[in-house]
Amino acid sequence: MNDALGEPQSVLVLGGTSEIALATVRALPRSRLRRIVLAARPSVARNAAVAALTADGIVGVTALDFDARTTQGHGAFVDGIFDAGDIDIVLLAFGVLGDQEEAEANPDLAVEMATTNYTGAVSIGLHVARRLRTQGHGSLVVYSSVAGDRARRSNFIYGSTKAGLDAFAQGLGDALHGTGAHVLVVRPGMVRTRMTEGLPEAPMTTDANVVADIVVKSLRKGKETVYAPGPLRFVMAGLKSMPRPVFRKLPR
Amino acid sequence: MSLSISDQEQLLTGWGRTCPSLARVQPCSSTEEVQQAVRSAGARGVLARGLGRSYGDAAQSGGGTVLDLHAFDEVSYDPVLGTVTAGAGASLDSVMKAIVPAGAFVPVTPGTRMVTVGGAISSDVHGKNHHVDGTFGAHVLALTLIDGSGEVRELRPDGDSAAQFWATIGGMGLTGVITQATFDVIPLTSSLISVDTQRANDLDEVMSTMVSGDDKYRYTVAWIDTVSQSARGVITSGDHAAIEQLSAKQRTHALAFEPKAIATAPPIFPSGLLNKLTIRAFNEAWFRKAPKSQTGDLQSISAFFHPLDGVQDWNRIYGPRGFLQYQCVVPDSASHLIRVALDKLRDVGAPSFLTVLKRFGPANPAPLSFPQQGWTLAADVPAGVEGLGQALDDLDHLIAEAGGRLYLAKDSRQSPQMFARTYPRLSEWQQVRDQLDPRGVFTSDLARRLSI
Repeated sequence: MNDALGEPQSVLVLGGTSEIALATVRALPRSRLRRIVLAARPSVARNAAVAALTADGIVGVTALDFDARTTQGHGAFVDGIFDAGDIDIVLLAFGVLGDQEEAEANPDLAVEMATTNYTGAVSIGLHVARRLRTQGHGSLVVYSSVAGDRARRSNFIYGSTKAGLDAFAQGLGDALHGTGAHVLVVRPGMVRTRMTEGLPEAPMTTDANVVADIVVKSLRKGKETVYAPGPLRFVMAGLKSMPRPVFRKLPR
Repeated sequence: MSLSISDQEQLLTGWGRTCPSLARVQPCSSTEEVQQAVRSAGARGVLARGLGRSYGDAAQSGGGTVLDLHAFDEVSYDPVLGTVTAGAGASLDSVMKAIVPAGAFVPVTPGTRMVTVGGAISSDVHGKNHHVDGTFGAHVLALTLIDGSGEVRELRPDGDSAAQFWATIGGMGLTGVITQATFDVIPLTSSLISVDTQRANDLDEVMSTMVSGDDKYRYTVAWIDTVSQSARGVITSGDHAAIEQLSAKQRTHALAFEPKAIATAPPIFPSGLLNKLTIRAFNEAWFRKAPKSQTGDLQSISAFFHPLDGVQDWNRIYGPRGFLQYQCVVPDSASHLIRVALDKLRDVGAPSFLTVLKRFGPANPAPLSFPQQGWTLAADVPAGVEGLGQALDDLDHLIAEAGGRLYLAKDSRQSPQMFARTYPRLSEWQQVRDQLDPRGVFTSDLARRLSI
């Protein structure tokens, strides 16, 4: 249960090796934290994430096996976690960027991207929403992307999965309005992480901890959507209203 | 399951309006309905809620069933025995309306009449007479509890049921649902209070005046100006006026009790309105308003005990982020911590416009009852103040070191460790609770937060 000063006690990270999500955990107020569950496929990175958070002085960090693509198991998985105690904050942070050109050539790769980023998120998102609804409080943070605001030639497959996720998360937030549970949709621009390593930097590229601070502040204020960094909101508003012939000609 | 809200579900908060959670609110009008609700409890449990005056998360339970015992509102006064038997849902306001005109007063009243009898027992409330009369629970002669199996139990302060009785006093509603209680009363010959007021120029003077006045007055409390460095204050003390103290005109309605609401706070209050300037101005005015020294002023019950009840919904003035009340007790040996607490609150920029200092008498046998011999300080602070969490955690630490603790009815933020450390009889209480509620039906957001 969050306390009166907004200090959470428990966090579930779906996509427990996501750098942005782990930065968010680090940025949360810590004085009452006692249970952090990192849900991800077993990996060296996951073990390292548990060790790193623990070394940082965060107590109660554990890992659980979770695969966004195997949706049949999602219900039991979420129930197991919530049955062991209330969860104050859920970070829905898994996702793959993929390679646009490879995916264009091999639709199976595109389907895999869509399955992880959208289908998997819809499945686990609904199960989490059901349990937040049942416990009568808690926040779900969905990491969307500005790539979903308007599909671009250079990454429209990834962008379309985020567009779907974003629309889903907004609708879910509306469905949960007034239930004590709350959904925050975060739309980061380009963030320097493993996922974007080697890619040319877009304007307003930022760091995971900047996104994390914005998420924590927005949770405290009870916001429903937020861009990271904040001014991207105006950039995206401009891009969204641009005529297609002009938009197409923009540099990648 | 659909995500939509049903008609019975409501977002509930405490008086501080922080941390809402959704619960199914179920009105109960008979013992059988309460028993049925307990027996059919779901995984998120059952909790009784009174008038929602506890500041934090004590009277809410996310996803649970919250019982509204409004209908248990009967009040009967036995003038021969000098006792009142009241339903758990009866407010102290309605009890007073029933008994004051008949020449009796509740044994203990907190700073508001808008609490229920059930809530007063569950929080084991105290008033300005704690140093003389103890808590409300200490005056309860018998109570009826529906336990976690749905059985009706009659509990008394001594004999076979004593352990269950005292676990229920101050038990935060976690031992069962109280449906009725019998308590003793204070006989009155008038409904007026004879009040002595004295201004004190600094905290030392406030405290020494209070110590020397301990034996002189039944009721006493000090208001502290938290904005001033010196922590000056105003001490008000009083006792029920005898009819002989009234003027001839006053005697014609000596036992009248007709409190009125003076104003209602507007539903939407901008958060910035209660700022350092307005709080400073309020504190200055409040200090100046008090006479330097005055004796024998005759005041009404509501003016003396419940000045804030005159402003309905005054909790809204703190705006949408809400507020909390920090109430601690420290033993006499650690009285210096009162000064430390006031300094810390001022340093963090959390000036309070309602800060009250009071002396407590000895503790009662209830394991989770808050009061113990010493000093208690209660300060309202807006929840949005930057750095407040750390400042209060630091203060908690000092208070725990000194053998003090925080009041659960006000708490909305202490850590489970702080709670367990400062209520050393917790495990003893839990054993009794487990007998009364073996299935763990009764729970609240407070219980979950503090792992009670």
